[in-house]
Amino acid sequence: MPGIYPISLIVNGTRHDLKLDTRTTLLDALREHTALTGTKKGCDHGQCGACTVHVDGERVLSCLTLAAQAAGRDVRTIEGLAAPDGVLHVVQTAFVEHDAFQCGYCTPGQIMSAVACIREGHAGSDDEIREYMSGNLCRCGAYPHIVAAVRDAARRVKSGAPV
Amino acid sequence: MNQFNYLRADGIATALAEAAQPGTRFLAGGTTLIDLMKLNVERPTRIIDITSLPGLDTIEVSATHIRIGALAKMSKVADHDGVKQAAPALSESLWRAASAQLRNMATIGGNVLQRTRCTYFRDPGAYPNCNKRTPGSGCAALDGINRNHAVLGTSAHCIAVYPGDFAVALVAFDGRLIVRGKTERVIAADSFFLPPGATPQNENRLLPGEMIVGVEIARSSALQRSHYLKVRDRASYEFAAASAAVGIALEADGRTIRDVRIAMGGVATRPWRLRTVEAALMGKPCDEATLRNAAAGAVKGARSHGHNEFKIALAPKVVARALMNAGGIA
Repeated sequence: MPGIYPISLIVNGTRHDLKLDTRTTLLDALREHTALTGTKKGCDHGQCGACTVHVDGERVLSCLTLAAQAAGRDVRTIEGLAAPDGVLHVVQTAFVEHDAFQCGYCTPGQIMSAVACIREGHAGSDDEIREYMSGNLCRCGAYPHIVAAVRDAARRVKSGAPV
Repeated sequence: MNQFNYLRADGIATALAEAAQPGTRFLAGGTTLIDLMKLNVERPTRIIDITSLPGLDTIEVSATHIRIGALAKMSKVADHDGVKQAAPALSESLWRAASAQLRNMATIGGNVLQRTRCTYFRDPGAYPNCNKRTPGSGCAALDGINRNHAVLGTSAHCIAVYPGDFAVALVAFDGRLIVRGKTERVIAADSFFLPPGATPQNENRLLPGEMIVGVEIARSSALQRSHYLKVRDRASYEFAAASAAVGIALEADGRTIRDVRIAMGGVATRPWRLRTVEAALMGKPCDEATLRNAAAGAVKGARSHGHNEFKIALAPKVVARALMNAGGIA
């Protein structure tokens, strides 16, 4: 029936038992129902990449994913990237060191996308980084520093840093 | 977004049985459907999530054919070594489309069925007149901003562009769609897409309750030596202003054209096969002058609607350059 239904989401390893409207997107479920507001709502139409999260290890857009579709799958958000002791992920460190943001609104999406981009093996050159990061828009125009951060993080991953 | 029932199907038979009820839509990657539901363009009352159906995400490259399950993700097909080797244009048409995130979500079957990006079609609040959405209501694009609209295959009722890339490659190389409903049938990709005519709401030959379960493409020398060129307003993450899927096979002399396939995207209401241009090139030398001369015929019958005149100038150049690349003379 239309309306409210029970759903279990596993986000960053924690199970959340929720009651949601069938229309609720994964993005709204994360932000409004699990209090994980690190994932950002930009365009809400799959055009900006701000809502990028990982589902079963692949980067996807949470604004075009129904929460129902993510039930029982492994969802990872920006909040789940750093180690439990607070040590930043190598991509987060690279973004800080390269000053790869200005206002920061697109940053969680950029970082989740970059982690996957490196893991997929699509960060081999600046051109390849630009192509495979093109789904993440930055209206401040921090692209040169974003490319530098992804390039540097990819180099560190290659020399043994955990992805 | 209107309210809907959500069901996750665990088998094709269940999914097809459920789809018999009116107001039902299959949900795969959701990159078109959820977007259009948010815009109130699509208003299904029942959603059948088919992403868990087993056995529909395989990619198989045999000695004679490429077969791709309808639920295979765009990203997986684009990165598949066998596909890249046997059909460069298929791989290129996929990785040059959308973004990495969308390609991880969108499926091959859904990609073929993606709907137009016509801004008037996508905005029912501001533009109630759209023959594709509401038959008989008129077309706001005809007298509107139509820079991104079609110059080929249009009618007085609709000038919306078919936005996809993969289907253009599929049509160029005589790909076929495998469709399952009460029975299974095979439809040539080139005849699958309907021109708008007086009924732009009918976009393809899929019947209500039917599901695309796969695509298949016969391997050929032209496919092996193929290329997808996509020209657009920005270098990545954008729909085509004009694109071409082409393949060339040469005789043993290395310069005479033995086989050639050409289809265009971004300029027509459906993937646009150029059989006349192909015929004009058969047996001819593969050189720049010959290719450019033949490519000029790509826009025969094209018609501008005010802002999209540039596509008529652009399309032949895109076809010529794609052919030169595939022919090894670019």
